[in-house]
Amino acid sequence: MNKLMTAADAVGQLRDGMTIGFGGWGPRRKPMAIVREILRSNVKDLTVVAYGGPEVGMLCAAGKVRKLIFGFATMDAIPLEPYFRKARQAGTLDVMELDEGLFQWGLKAAAMRLPFLPARAGLATDVLTHNPELKTISSPYADGEVLLAMPALELDVAFVHVNRADKLGNTLITGSDPYFDHHFARAAKQCFVSAEVVEERFELDAATARLSTFERSMVTGLIEAPLGAHPTACSPAYGWDMEHLKGYSDSANADDGWQQYVDKYVNCSQAEYLERNGGAERVSSLPMPIF
Amino acid sequence: MSSVNFSLAELMIVAASEAWRGNGEVLASGLGIIPRLGASLAKLTHSPELLMTDSETLIVEEPIPVGPRGDYVPKYSGFLPFERVFDAVWHGRRHAMVGPTQVDRWAQSNLSVVGDYAKPKVAMLGVRGLPGNSINHRNSFFMPNHTTRAFVSGEVDMVSGVGFNPERWAPGMRRDLMSIGLVITDLCVMDFNGPDNAARVLSLHPGVDFELVQERTGFPLLKADNMGVTAAPTAEQLAIIQRMDPHNLRARQLKGNPVGIRTAEEVRG
Repeated sequence: MNKLMTAADAVGQLRDGMTIGFGGWGPRRKPMAIVREILRSNVKDLTVVAYGGPEVGMLCAAGKVRKLIFGFATMDAIPLEPYFRKARQAGTLDVMELDEGLFQWGLKAAAMRLPFLPARAGLATDVLTHNPELKTISSPYADGEVLLAMPALELDVAFVHVNRADKLGNTLITGSDPYFDHHFARAAKQCFVSAEVVEERFELDAATARLSTFERSMVTGLIEAPLGAHPTACSPAYGWDMEHLKGYSDSANADDGWQQYVDKYVNCSQAEYLERNGGAERVSSLPMPIF
Repeated sequence: MSSVNFSLAELMIVAASEAWRGNGEVLASGLGIIPRLGASLAKLTHSPELLMTDSETLIVEEPIPVGPRGDYVPKYSGFLPFERVFDAVWHGRRHAMVGPTQVDRWAQSNLSVVGDYAKPKVAMLGVRGLPGNSINHRNSFFMPNHTTRAFVSGEVDMVSGVGFNPERWAPGMRRDLMSIGLVITDLCVMDFNGPDNAARVLSLHPGVDFELVQERTGFPLLKADNMGVTAAPTAEQLAIIQRMDPHNLRARQLKGNPVGIRTAEEVRG
């Protein structure tokens, strides 16, 4: 069994109109090498599901997003995601805006093959007003409490980025937080994982094996992508690239800023990409952010 | 002992720390430098039982200084990744101090958009965790720019965090799990514990009068019975703040880093 493939192979599975999810969180451990491959493809009309970081803005800037299902879109140190903001303020983006926890519940419902999971988050807010598809239910038990029935967020494809993998599709997240990648993997019909390192076959000690957060049976394909989360952070290996993110953010203020960004950072090979970001050595030694 | 030399930011840190007094073993989440320093000060003085993290995924018993750490090595006592933070939120044993863009008379908050939802004038971050936080546990607000744009006259443009507006609640929804703590602004400290959860001014910062606060608030305010002047930081509190913020990041949080004791003219700008 060998699930290794190229990013182009994985992106080749996408069809116009699909619902696709991205693991990670804001500017952290996003599968950016794959995102750039999507930017180079012709696929369009996507519904994007994410705890959004720059991948959301880039896909919006490229006109590939029909609908965004999100709880936030931010780059943290640069709080406002520039192209998400542009698309939102132009009124061209269809959105399903959810509470962060509710979003998790939608993925978890899909992961457990349930139609919905009950929650309080979202009640008595405009999350209900602006998402008329969200319904409430009454508890069938004596309490009779009215709850929000968060529908399953079923994904056609999920993309996640991990620290280590083997060719069978086993994965390890050695960084500080596993986020919700395990829910993304289970909520999707197909899940493609990019990894900093792909090994032949894991032979781990017990403590290390505990760093796996979903089974290889969830993994459709595996892409070797060293430094593949750049410009987002990949704990514990490298931090986000503030210089790059700042340039990306500033590009939104220029008329042809996005095209310039694409010419420099998207229309190139991964090797050229790293070279244009100061080389692999610089990227791999970007310091982790301090909070 | 009161100290004369303190900044408005330091006054607000001390005021913020009061939000967590007597809360018990809750997860204290201060979002932003001043709220985080407020939570740290609370834990290091009157409320050592508070639970705090390194603002990432690990629990610490000794609050971590903000900014670059130099030789400081955090000592961890547990693990709290986002998934468990959500568990903690829904379980309810948490008190967050957050900085929404707008707050209204019902303590509803907005972090999503300003203007029309379909084509907003300003798109901010999104609702983030406000809906779930606000309906499940206590929230306080940090509002560094007290204006009618922040404290709006009608409802906030996009109700992201729940409040006391009865029209928003349908029969059968549980409203008893929510609660609003303190509102810390650059002018005063408020709460929503007036009759029918009306907003009240608890204390005015030095140099601020009630009329100014009312003028800069889009909804009517009450005076708390014992409304006084916000307590000045003590020398001990200032020393702890300095230790928790060795790079003086607090000086960059408020425009112009105003002094703590301002004249009425300085306050009005």
